[in-house]
Amino acid sequence: MATVGRGMPSARWAPAFEMWWLLYLRTWKGNLISRFLLPVLFLVSMGVVLGDLVDERTGGVGGVPYLQFVVPGILAAQAMWSAMSESTYSVTGAIRWNMGYHAMLATPLGVGDVLLGHLLYVTVSVSMATVVFVLVGALFGAWVSWWVVAAVPVVVLTGMAFSVPCFALSAMLRDNVELGYTVLFRFVMTPLFLFSGTFFPVDQLPAVLQPVAWVTPLWHGVEVSRDLALGAPDWGAVALHTAYLVLLVMLSSVWALRAFRRRLVV
Amino acid sequence: MGTVGAAAYSAGVDEALVEARGLRKEFGDFTAVDGIDVTVHRGEAFGFLGPNGAGKSSTMRMVAAVSPPSGGTLRLFGLDPATDGPSIRARLGVVPQRDTLDEELTVAENIRIYGRYFGLSRAEVRRRAAELLDFAQLSERADSRVEPLSGGMKRRLTIARSLVNNPEMLLLDEPTTGLDPQARHVLWDRLFRLKRSGVTLVLTTHYMDEAEQLCDRLVVMDHGAIVAEGSPRELIQRHATREVLELRFVEDDLSGHAAAVDGVGERVEVLPDRLLVYAADGDEAAAEVHRRGVRPLSSLVRRATLEDVFLHLTGRTLVD
Repeated sequence: MATVGRGMPSARWAPAFEMWWLLYLRTWKGNLISRFLLPVLFLVSMGVVLGDLVDERTGGVGGVPYLQFVVPGILAAQAMWSAMSESTYSVTGAIRWNMGYHAMLATPLGVGDVLLGHLLYVTVSVSMATVVFVLVGALFGAWVSWWVVAAVPVVVLTGMAFSVPCFALSAMLRDNVELGYTVLFRFVMTPLFLFSGTFFPVDQLPAVLQPVAWVTPLWHGVEVSRDLALGAPDWGAVALHTAYLVLLVMLSSVWALRAFRRRLVV
Repeated sequence: MGTVGAAAYSAGVDEALVEARGLRKEFGDFTAVDGIDVTVHRGEAFGFLGPNGAGKSSTMRMVAAVSPPSGGTLRLFGLDPATDGPSIRARLGVVPQRDTLDEELTVAENIRIYGRYFGLSRAEVRRRAAELLDFAQLSERADSRVEPLSGGMKRRLTIARSLVNNPEMLLLDEPTTGLDPQARHVLWDRLFRLKRSGVTLVLTTHYMDEAEQLCDRLVVMDHGAIVAEGSPRELIQRHATREVLELRFVEDDLSGHAAAVDGVGERVEVLPDRLLVYAADGDEAAAEVHRRGVRPLSSLVRRATLEDVFLHLTGRTLVD
């Protein structure tokens, strides 16, 4: 992080976080549907309705009722979803529309503070969405084990493994912002949502596509989430998946900081 | 309004808050600021005057310690912005060319969160926001969102916000561009008060009347370089005459008339729509023009302004 100025509190990123939180408090009602309702609709339609059909025909996935198979997957996918939607247009806006980052940078805050404050807000936001989703899932009997509570931080980490690269990408988009985001959501997020083991195990994918699933963060989040929610986790696998996600967040943080510097310090 | 503006500072009046030597800013092949020397003393109102693209904003961003210089030296409050950026910015107020308000937050929230960036406590920013909204005549709009406010109100809010940390120096990049005359006068009045309370003002403008109203001293910039420096009065004395006679004609081509009035007064400038005759006595010059048989559509005698200085120095008008 940037050096601390004389007489300034050490946590200069804290007011940057506070700004996003204040904005959230002002606007949360308007975002209610996209934030919470949509994942719940997926839970009901995929888990309950489709689940009944799957269980009737095949007896679940590997002996697990489809509801309990698919909802941990959707849990990880909703984290990706909410993280990406919080890490794209809001970053562009703070760079070039309302220029909120520039307002911060005119004060003692540095680029690192601005980035960290915003990322921490996204972390909190994804955490809230994830907790709400776990609670709603519980109402539908989607969880086999209390270990699902331990899945929450890993699921949030999965979300951040999408959020941080989106910050970097958003800082790099200069022209064609709309096109960039359209490509991102349509050709990155949606395929990942469908083919990362969320709705069916990745070994059902064509062999060429399986490595793609292994590289991207969502599959790792889905695996951990499902493993824990089903109550008999393979701890070695959980540790490896988590380590991979931590590595992705760390590497993309370096990328995002560089992209922010390049864009904001001119 | 004792609480708004900087407290009295004990340092000598000659203390330099901005000291730039050979300051440069390059963007790739383009040189925005081409080696300028500038010194701003505490308590001064200092102006950068010039047309769009002269390098004023690039200079201001470097002085705001947000844009690293490409060359030369820059000291702000005696500190190096490359290493002491946060401590420098803690003592500055910045009014950027484009408002950077959050339109979804309320008027008061915008000031309060900005105060938080400076490490002020919640109680302190609450108190400051109330004072500043009073100063900016926005108290009645404190709890309304920013988005529906008029341009003048947003500008006043931006200025109020920039004062939340009691800055020693206020940087204003084209503070009144795009505002109607009444809103500009309200803003000027607020800036006068700040200046009286001891805040050092540094501003850019392409409005001559603004520079004349507000600045003790200014530099005229063109193509990234300083072409003249002094007080508004000094610059007018040095580069213009006391009065100017403006002549308008029916014809579009003014070259014939320009030749006819040549030698009247000290100098004649040909603009696309009129002739400017620079003379110590405008009425005397008008009489001489008449004696020479030149019959303009209209003639007007006025005092010389910084606009004339700029025209003389660069051969161009400021706002076209």
